[in-house]
Amino acid sequence: MQYIDEYRKKDLILAVSEEIKRSSKKEITLMEVCGGHTMAIHRFGLHSLLPANIHLLSGPGCPVCVSGQHFIDTAIAYSKIPGAIITTYGDLIRVPGSATSLEKEKANGADIRIIYSVLEVLEIAKNNPANPVFFLGIGFETTSPATAAAIIRAKKEGIDNFFVLSAHKIMPPVMKALVIEGVKIDGFIAPGHVSAITGTSIYNELAGKHGLGVVVSGFEPVDMMQSILMLVRQFEASAPKVEIQYKRIVHPEGNLIARGLLAQAFELQDDTWRGLGVIPSSGLKITKEFSEYDAGTKYPLNVPVPPDPKGCICGSVLRGLKTPNDCKLFATACTPSDPVGACMVSGEGTCATYYKYRS
Amino acid sequence: MNLKSEKILLSHGNGGRMMHNLIENLFLKHFGNEILEEQTDAAILPVDAPFLAFTTDSFVIDPLFFPGGNIGKLAVCGTVNDLAVSGAVPLYLSVSFIIEEGFPIGELELIVKSLADEARYAGVKIVTGDTKVVNKGKCDKLFINTAGIGTVRKEDQLVAKAQNIQPGDVIIINGTIGDHGMAVMSARESFNFKSTISSDCASLNHLIRSMLDQSGEIKFMRDPTRGGVATVLNELAAKTTLGIEVNEQDLPVSKGVSAMCEILGFDPLHIANEGKVLVVTSEAESLHLLNIMKSHPLGKESAIIGHVVTDHPGKVVLKTGTGGKRIIDMLTGDPLPRIC
Repeated sequence: MQYIDEYRKKDLILAVSEEIKRSSKKEITLMEVCGGHTMAIHRFGLHSLLPANIHLLSGPGCPVCVSGQHFIDTAIAYSKIPGAIITTYGDLIRVPGSATSLEKEKANGADIRIIYSVLEVLEIAKNNPANPVFFLGIGFETTSPATAAAIIRAKKEGIDNFFVLSAHKIMPPVMKALVIEGVKIDGFIAPGHVSAITGTSIYNELAGKHGLGVVVSGFEPVDMMQSILMLVRQFEASAPKVEIQYKRIVHPEGNLIARGLLAQAFELQDDTWRGLGVIPSSGLKITKEFSEYDAGTKYPLNVPVPPDPKGCICGSVLRGLKTPNDCKLFATACTPSDPVGACMVSGEGTCATYYKYRS
Repeated sequence: MNLKSEKILLSHGNGGRMMHNLIENLFLKHFGNEILEEQTDAAILPVDAPFLAFTTDSFVIDPLFFPGGNIGKLAVCGTVNDLAVSGAVPLYLSVSFIIEEGFPIGELELIVKSLADEARYAGVKIVTGDTKVVNKGKCDKLFINTAGIGTVRKEDQLVAKAQNIQPGDVIIINGTIGDHGMAVMSARESFNFKSTISSDCASLNHLIRSMLDQSGEIKFMRDPTRGGVATVLNELAAKTTLGIEVNEQDLPVSKGVSAMCEILGFDPLHIANEGKVLVVTSEAESLHLLNIMKSHPLGKESAIIGHVVTDHPGKVVLKTGTGGKRIIDMLTGDPLPRIC
């Protein structure tokens, strides 16, 4: 595959690995924020190519994991509205809520459909004019512009039975929150696809005020290794800054069209993150102009917030304080086929990744 | 009866005149053979063999038509392959249709025709069958069940049983993996994905017969259908309590499947095949068997993909292209596309 195979070449990876080993003198802890990066590190066994003084921490970059049980409970509550059709990306279908999952509710007769693109949901809404069609909007800046585009199109086309249950979140506030909370991080491997939308100015405060290196990275092994090398060099020279490794996708100003859509359909709100609590201005709420597409406005439901499952340390894993191996439930009571916490069920959750690529 | 313009009605399954017409004008027309034409309640089958192999499979695929085949062709290949990998010569099939009221007879005929064509290619006779029609909404368009009988020679009776597998043994597959699953997924209506991926759906009995006839050292055979190659290898590792090592670079994966899996976050090792056989043989025999397989049209892209090892007993480990190693587990749940 062109543009992929080139970034998986063994000799190139090994050459960067050697250069990292030569350049890195001090102990350094880097956080990969994005679940896709966690996957790549484990899938390609990059840990084994790094010297012992480089520590990698997984961050809160799996949207399914940080939204947690409450979102699932709420989605299930919506599925009980007479005639409701729930549409969702596949990731959410098996995530356990406090009592049940979307998959189990589907088996019990709820109309729950997996979609690949939110624009499909508009078609479902058009084809089922008598049913309220809910879309479970989840994800960071990588998925939220598509939700915004669907909301805007729904208004344009006069579709009145399409509703978004938004758990969309944005990335920069949580990165800052981790630093303020005191999680020991010397630099961020910043999310490639989020940054492709947002641009890189969102990281300036981390580099400027907090003195942390930020390198926006691609997802292939050569990308990841090069990003680590860039962060090591910044750190050794005590010269933290924002750099883009993933130049073939990410431009400093981001994707202006997508940002425009986001600004039109969404506004910031305080939002709850699993394991981190409420982070100010970290979630996306549908703007007044489009409030008729907000599931919460049209069908206000009050679903109680469930406590974390007993023994589950997803919260600490998401903050980078613990690894899945520290969890008593990991790979025993909690496995991908019978997950306890959300980090085990999402394909890009830290626990699922550790489980899949354990050796 | 003008079959093309009509739809299946409940009366087509009620045992009366319309059902009789459907059998005459559709099923007998395409499946006809001396045993079926007797139209007895049970087929009487002449066989001469020390063992019989008997299997059944139900087909509920969505969509019914996909690049490289349809539910009819699949219903033959699936059962024929289950017999063939068990060392049997497939001879007879039963075919049962459960049809949703309103299903277009024209589409049914296309399916019946490709079912008959595939049976002819595989050299099996359809000797008995059944048709039921259910109310609209009570099944999804069309379900097919086939059962198959084959004869087994004494010397072939153990080929599916994975006995005598030893460290150093070699694992071979007859071509690219993941084509069927990805072809079906890309054909789904809701999936706006244009690809050139075609299902590998094929009857493997002729290929397997030439392998069994020319090589005396086949220790294990299985068709990696649902759950993919990963599932079969995990079952094999568990059964033998030996380890299995697979080389990522040796896995035959087409460009299309590889790209689609990359985009959706799937592992081709977990994706279904319908025209593939995994074989285990000794290292000494492996190149001979590989050449036998390569000389058959359904085995041209055969490749050695891994070995049986003493390390990590009961586990399948992939040696990645970048030099790392990782465990290949069985699939959990349905393969789900990722969102970011």
